Amino acid sequence: MTEPVDILIVGAGPAGMAAAVAASGSSRHVILIDDNAAAGGQVWRNFTAQNTRDYPGAKALADLNTRLRNTNVEVRCATRVVGQPAANVLRVEDDQGAGDLAYRHLILATGARERFLPFPGWTLPGVMGAGGLQALVKSGLSIQGKRVVVAGSGPLLPAVAASLAKHSAHVLGIFEQAPLACLMRFALTLAAHPGKFLEGLRYRSATLAAPYRTSSWVTRAHGNHRLQSVTVSVNGAQRELACDYLACGFHLVPNLELSRLLGCTIDNIYVRVDANQKSSVPHIYCAGELTGIGGLEKAFCEGEIAGLVCAGKSAAHLFDRRNRHARFARQLDTAFAMRRDLAQLADPDTLICRCEDVPRRAVETCHNWREAKLHTRCGMGPCQGRVCGPATELLFGWTNDSVRPPLTPARVRTLANACAAAQSRKISEDSR
Amino acid sequence: MITLRVNGQAIRVPAGASVAAAILQAGVPSRTSVTGEPRTALCGMGICEECRATINGKRHARSCQRIATEGMEILTG
Repeated sequence: MTEPVDILIVGAGPAGMAAAVAASGSSRHVILIDDNAAAGGQVWRNFTAQNTRDYPGAKALADLNTRLRNTNVEVRCATRVVGQPAANVLRVEDDQGAGDLAYRHLILATGARERFLPFPGWTLPGVMGAGGLQALVKSGLSIQGKRVVVAGSGPLLPAVAASLAKHSAHVLGIFEQAPLACLMRFALTLAAHPGKFLEGLRYRSATLAAPYRTSSWVTRAHGNHRLQSVTVSVNGAQRELACDYLACGFHLVPNLELSRLLGCTIDNIYVRVDANQKSSVPHIYCAGELTGIGGLEKAFCEGEIAGLVCAGKSAAHLFDRRNRHARFARQLDTAFAMRRDLAQLADPDTLICRCEDVPRRAVETCHNWREAKLHTRCGMGPCQGRVCGPATELLFGWTNDSVRPPLTPARVRTLANACAAAQSRKISEDSR
Repeated sequence: MITLRVNGQAIRVPAGASVAAAILQAGVPSRTSVTGEPRTALCGMGICEECRATINGKRHARSCQRIATEGMEILTG
């Protein structure tokens, strides 16, 4: 059996990269894995050594990138965690095949995804996540001259609009579901985070031509096989806007699947961690969006703490800063809380589960998530409820806490492999 | 720029672009849903599975997580 990795980190966004750099050093074996094609996570997607200046947290990114390359951290991209074949072992799959990674310490930095909410027409080609469209543009999609409506909720919307405008899209408007009063209260708290305030101003100034409307949301997307227009409700008044793309996401939800599979205690919707970012499971630490949606600085700070602690060092000097970021995360949740009106957007024929094409009519006769899975196949498709799970939480108040391996669709060969680590452990036990 | 083929159609994308970006550029759906609806990428980050396509003969590949390479053959639908 191969020796366990000293520190295994899942997720190579800001939290994972910071953790890897902090954990590296002396002869420690550190492996950083990520399912995307390159490190950087979503916020630093497709960065190169030459373009770090174009990203938020540019200085931190440039610094981390240099330090990461000068350490002995092994970075494995395009690698997904499929399951846990034995205690302290993760099974991973990449394009070539599968393997097991045994670890002494594990840091989970699996980040967040957008919350998608169903409304009539949301499955039409051209309707995408807000972060989704931004990710695709960062990944080479040309959006020049395209008419884009940005909608949903959260601080990501102005950032996405600014980024699309920079790529010469014609942003028709930003429609935020939260009421103005909530955002004003939130803006006052930004006094404690001048950096974030300035960032917000920068985004806003980049898209001054596009109106920013509060208490507003898309009620319907229209088109025949392809998006042609959307109806938006702006403070109660309906308006139709012709567009090529709708970039629509309702704030973020943490990617909890792996934490749940490994048994980490979840408080409400986030993983519970102590001051050292340690979860309820021995040797497992969590950093970044998993512990609260707080963005880049929080992720960076928590990753560094987890990395230092796993390397046997003290991280107490970072606690105050982390706590400040954690408070900011809670303020974000309050400011961008989902209004109940959004639960009524889907009509009986609107699909709730996009993988299995299950309409609201079928799902809402069920009493809970499990029943919906068994009776309608809602949440049983390839995304395993990652999209419809958070939607049904809002629509029906269900909790989607059942996670089973494989965590993502995997090759049969990956699943059939015996666990080398478990086998060799058994042999050594037998020979004892 | 690199050139790949989406359902036989030559598509040019910048080096480093994802296959999902190339499929969107081609203006075709990446997959057909179980009831026959056309779908394209939703999340762009390997979560939603809507961008799955056949890449160089390998079916059900998440195209948003694959970097386009010269001469790649993509089949959608």
